[in-house]
Amino acid sequence: MSINLNNRQRRILAYSIPVLAVFAALLFGAVMLVLLGANPVEGYSEMFIGAFGSGNALIATILKATPLLFVGTGIVIAFRANVINIGAEGQMVLGGLFATIAALYLPEMPSIIMVPAVLIAGLAGGALWGWIPGALKAYYRVNEILSTIMLNIVAVQLMSYLLRGPLIDPAEIERGTRIPQTERLVESADLPIIFGDRFHIGPLIAVLCAIATYYLLWRTPLGYRLRAVGLSEHAARYAGIPVRRTIALALTMSGALAGLAGAVLVFGSESHRMVTDGSTVGFTGSAGFNGIVAALLGGLHPIWTIPASFLFGGLIVGGQALQRAVQVPSALIVALNGLVVVFVVAADRYRVRLLSTEGREEAAEGESPPGGEEESSLGSVYDAAPRGTDSYGQDEFGDDPR
Amino acid sequence: MSEVFTTAVMVAVVASAIRLAVPLLLAALGETFGQRSGVLNLGVDGIMLLGAFTGYYAVLKTDNVWLGLLAGAIVGLVLGLASAVIAVTLKAEQGISGIGVYLFGLGMSDLLFQKLVGTPIPIDQFPAVDIPVLSDIPYIGEMFFQHSLVIYLAFLSIPVATFVINRTTFGMKIRAVGEYPDAADTLGVSVAGVRYATEIIGGTLAGIAGAVLAITLGIFQQNLTNGAGFIAIALVYFGAWRPTGIMLGALLFGFVNALVLELKTLEIIPRDLSNIAAMAPAIITILALVFVARRFRAPSALTKPFTRGK
Repeated sequence: MSINLNNRQRRILAYSIPVLAVFAALLFGAVMLVLLGANPVEGYSEMFIGAFGSGNALIATILKATPLLFVGTGIVIAFRANVINIGAEGQMVLGGLFATIAALYLPEMPSIIMVPAVLIAGLAGGALWGWIPGALKAYYRVNEILSTIMLNIVAVQLMSYLLRGPLIDPAEIERGTRIPQTERLVESADLPIIFGDRFHIGPLIAVLCAIATYYLLWRTPLGYRLRAVGLSEHAARYAGIPVRRTIALALTMSGALAGLAGAVLVFGSESHRMVTDGSTVGFTGSAGFNGIVAALLGGLHPIWTIPASFLFGGLIVGGQALQRAVQVPSALIVALNGLVVVFVVAADRYRVRLLSTEGREEAAEGESPPGGEEESSLGSVYDAAPRGTDSYGQDEFGDDPR
Repeated sequence: MSEVFTTAVMVAVVASAIRLAVPLLLAALGETFGQRSGVLNLGVDGIMLLGAFTGYYAVLKTDNVWLGLLAGAIVGLVLGLASAVIAVTLKAEQGISGIGVYLFGLGMSDLLFQKLVGTPIPIDQFPAVDIPVLSDIPYIGEMFFQHSLVIYLAFLSIPVATFVINRTTFGMKIRAVGEYPDAADTLGVSVAGVRYATEIIGGTLAGIAGAVLAITLGIFQQNLTNGAGFIAIALVYFGAWRPTGIMLGALLFGFVNALVLELKTLEIIPRDLSNIAAMAPAIITILALVFVARRFRAPSALTKPFTRGK
């Protein structure tokens, strides 16, 4: 670790590491473009223009960023409580389904009631799909990574079943085309348009959720409990925090935000229907996975997740522009997306290490209380402890008493 | 319902269950090595997809199924090495980095297929090898002894893996590194070295599993595995990190899949409900996870990167 960095420089470097990781992934992508016989300079300039180059592009980027921000905010809550939620894909699907069912079966009501109603239904669907793995982890010690992946599979089959059967557009049966989609949902449930012809209130709600999550995590007792459980389950238990309930709650809230993303996808879409191509990705556009990356890009902080989601939304919209411009299969974007995930996640530990070094040095200088609040739950403060420090006693103390 | 349980149908279902179990078995076995040493590789499905494509492509170009298997193995080895760099050297959060590897494999295999092949062309499949005498036994022979060589070898690898993990020095190192990395390190075992080795074994087996899948089906298409890699990871938990348990799990999944397929063909499951039937493996897995979590314990260092002196 380099020595001559002051805390401010170290902090700036720490926050730029995820961005550098994205550039590294794009560099890798440039090599792939060359191998595909495309001009990477042309490709990437098309990408930039497609994402940020015009008013329309910016709107597309913001709309694409909206589900990422919902999911990313939920991911921040889960990760701060040291829970890994890979299930946002399924939670989005359930949110979309619940909201769609609400719109189909609720009596005709004015927009001012209908819009909140479908959003709350979406929230509930996602919350349910988050609560299941949450409760399984908390009370039965089932690994949440696996249970959420399995629930993603269940969700996509449920969606296919419902959209091919009970919820299918009657017109599709009449025509005999049987495209798995619902009818155009009631207009009173359409998300109100703020300006232009497609900029709806979704992005606004997402930003409000991110701000609310910031307050929740750092200004409320519940947020304190979530973070305490994330930093040390054992310490939290000694402090009298109901650890299991908190873990279940973290995944439930994380799922609820993903569910909201699903509802916004349905009622903010241009077709105002729920459509499936038989995969989760067909509905979510991988937002359930990319939201995780947005959260990491934002340093697992809800407010920083806002610009991070915007950038990542730009990456996706721009990726589509790139693919059209240089005529490569869209599968390239999926592959590039994977590279971005790998690079950002692999770089994350260096960000955490820079920040934790800062906390320790400040503490050593007596300038601030130990234990910086910016610690990521994904990395341990003690990572960079000098070799030879005897911490075995602590480890044994920490052995799970369950 | 009676027509399902005719002997001929059941024999066909069992035989197909064994074939369907093999890719899951190989991938899960590879993942076991990684997990016993403390590394969770969530990218198995992506590695399988790339293994499947290269295997398919090699057979398409050479008409030799064994070269296809070799190609899948090499790609798997390289990706296993990459996974080790990410998880062991860079110490990435294993629960997420694997999703990146999966997406990379999903996109890359599809991209290569579109660029190099385009329209799906069927390829040679593994030739069946009838085991002398045994294959002539009525019913039993058709169920168990008229498969291809790969399938016999895959089942033979179970006792081999059990032996390696439980009875060799290398296996002892794997277990030590997965349970007490600090202690292993103190005794001079290279934690990183062992984990690199197990990740490479895991990647290679995942690549082979993908190639076996593609060559058994004789075709490649986008997302050929359809999540089999994730089921394989779950099988490792299902089998409580023991090769024999994993084999039983893989056979159970193979059987469920074969049965659902057969019931669909016979139209006993209406087409409308086929999606519901397709949930079965995932739901069984979740229930099994509850059961396993109560009785067995995961390797203590699983998903925890090792830093000396921590």
